[in-house]
Amino acid sequence: MKKEFEAISKIIKNNKRVLDVGCGDGTLMEYLKKYQKNDVRGLEPQKNLAQKCISKGLPVIEGDAEKDLLQFPKKSFDYVILSQTLQAFINPEKVLEELLRIGKQTIVTIPNFGYWKVRFHLLFKGTMPVTKNLPNEWYNTPNLHMCTIKDFVNFCNKKKIKIDKSMCLTDEKISEITNKNMFYKNIFSQLGIFLIE
Amino acid sequence: MNSELKNIKKLIISQSLELDCGKIIKNFPLAYETYGTLNKDKNNAILAFHALTGDQFCTNINPITKREGWWTFAVGPGKAIDTNKYFVICANVLGGCMGSYGPKEINPETSKLFGTTFPVITIRDMVRAQKFLLDYLGIKKLLSIIGGSMGGMQVLQFSALYPNLTYSSIPIACSASHSAQNIALNELGRQAIMADPNWKKENSSPDKGLAVARMAAHITYLSKKGLEEKFGRKLQDKGSLKFSFDADFQIESYLRYQGATFVDRFDANSYLYITRAMDYFDLEKQFNNNLSLAFKDNKSKFCVISFSSDWLYPTIENKEIVIALNACGANVSFVEINSDKGHDSFLLNVPEFLKTVSEFISSTYNEIKK
Repeated sequence: MKKEFEAISKIIKNNKRVLDVGCGDGTLMEYLKKYQKNDVRGLEPQKNLAQKCISKGLPVIEGDAEKDLLQFPKKSFDYVILSQTLQAFINPEKVLEELLRIGKQTIVTIPNFGYWKVRFHLLFKGTMPVTKNLPNEWYNTPNLHMCTIKDFVNFCNKKKIKIDKSMCLTDEKISEITNKNMFYKNIFSQLGIFLIE
Repeated sequence: MNSELKNIKKLIISQSLELDCGKIIKNFPLAYETYGTLNKDKNNAILAFHALTGDQFCTNINPITKREGWWTFAVGPGKAIDTNKYFVICANVLGGCMGSYGPKEINPETSKLFGTTFPVITIRDMVRAQKFLLDYLGIKKLLSIIGGSMGGMQVLQFSALYPNLTYSSIPIACSASHSAQNIALNELGRQAIMADPNWKKENSSPDKGLAVARMAAHITYLSKKGLEEKFGRKLQDKGSLKFSFDADFQIESYLRYQGATFVDRFDANSYLYITRAMDYFDLEKQFNNNLSLAFKDNKSKFCVISFSSDWLYPTIENKEIVIALNACGANVSFVEINSDKGHDSFLLNVPEFLKTVSEFISSTYNEIKK
């Protein structure tokens, strides 16, 4: 399992209700169900991936987070996970509001646009950054609203969203983000991982 | 056909059943068929519910009609509902015409055919009757209940009546309450039957009316794109238009054939009663207009399946079921299968659909075997 999922699963306590929004082929759900006895649900827009989840015996709803989150009652999950897709929504602000409504706590991970290679790319090549984490060209990227770790923290502060935990992934290593190290983490991390409510 | 019907499997239900219309029935027949073998833990049984014009012979050659069963693509050895692994039970619904208590049976009180003196039955009545069959077979908990269209409605009704009697439930291409459009289409069929002068005559059947009803219904089972691809404007004979009302177009000829063959195997009054049962189906209303209450405390795993080109029971109506299940925290999966074969997709060879059914059932079976 990838480092990001490892970090997410460590945040989640055993025997809790978890909704994985954009659950893909269910890798994370499967782990949470098997090893942490979590009662998992997934939401996945791609038919073939949703069907993969079903074949693994994982409950999944084929649907789109921008429309289909409305059906879940308030605080019906202990955790709602959104892994690296916030930037791909037409209205990420609204999706985030929905996630916070449904979940007692929400785990959001974002690809960090403040990562030095991204900055370097734009600064010196003068073209839109293409990296390992952001492999698409500007004209075919699904990412409509890229942000940096700092942007996300600022956003939470502005919206009065409580950040319970903030971590980052730097070259396959997980570490905490603090006020002190934010400047560096925002340059050297590929991914931000936040637990919010 | 009635004499052949005597040789099929029937359970005479001696207990009394109070129908939703208020009438109490007992000593009534329920015709059924089983496929595969019940294992010794009795945990591999699947109850399949048939749709409007189906019957208990879901696979193999139907001994009465000599045609392939209605779900041959899905049920059988090595198929999605694998009869090498599972024990499949299918019963002819109340009101049906393949040996179960229905308008084609003799009323023991008058020694005449029931016809329209048969009581109006509901989906709930149909499901409650099938519960007697499970008791008779000694099955305490089913591995799965599954059905498309009206079969899906029975799945939902079964879940609401008996929340602890199945490990999993697969409602396919259905709705929790029959829509105005669907009631309208059923009414069209019923009026076609009742407009046939033979309908009221003794010892004759309204074949013309029933055929028209079937033709109209058949169109609703297909999609515009499917029709276009299969028939387009193709002519029946290679020549040109005949400037008459004969079947010039292939689609006309196809529909006429569908109508004509249907009357050989189906009873017009059964058609009236069963469509009525579908129209009366409103699970939401049964639970104080809160569909979620129908699934409260239901621990079974649900897999709701719809088809992209189904306009009779469109995805949005299937999603209503999913929403209600999610609202009460049930264990639910949902997929919409891409297919241009319309509502009929669930009866046809649609690999993605069959794969989903197969994998959902086998993952449930693996979990309960542990």
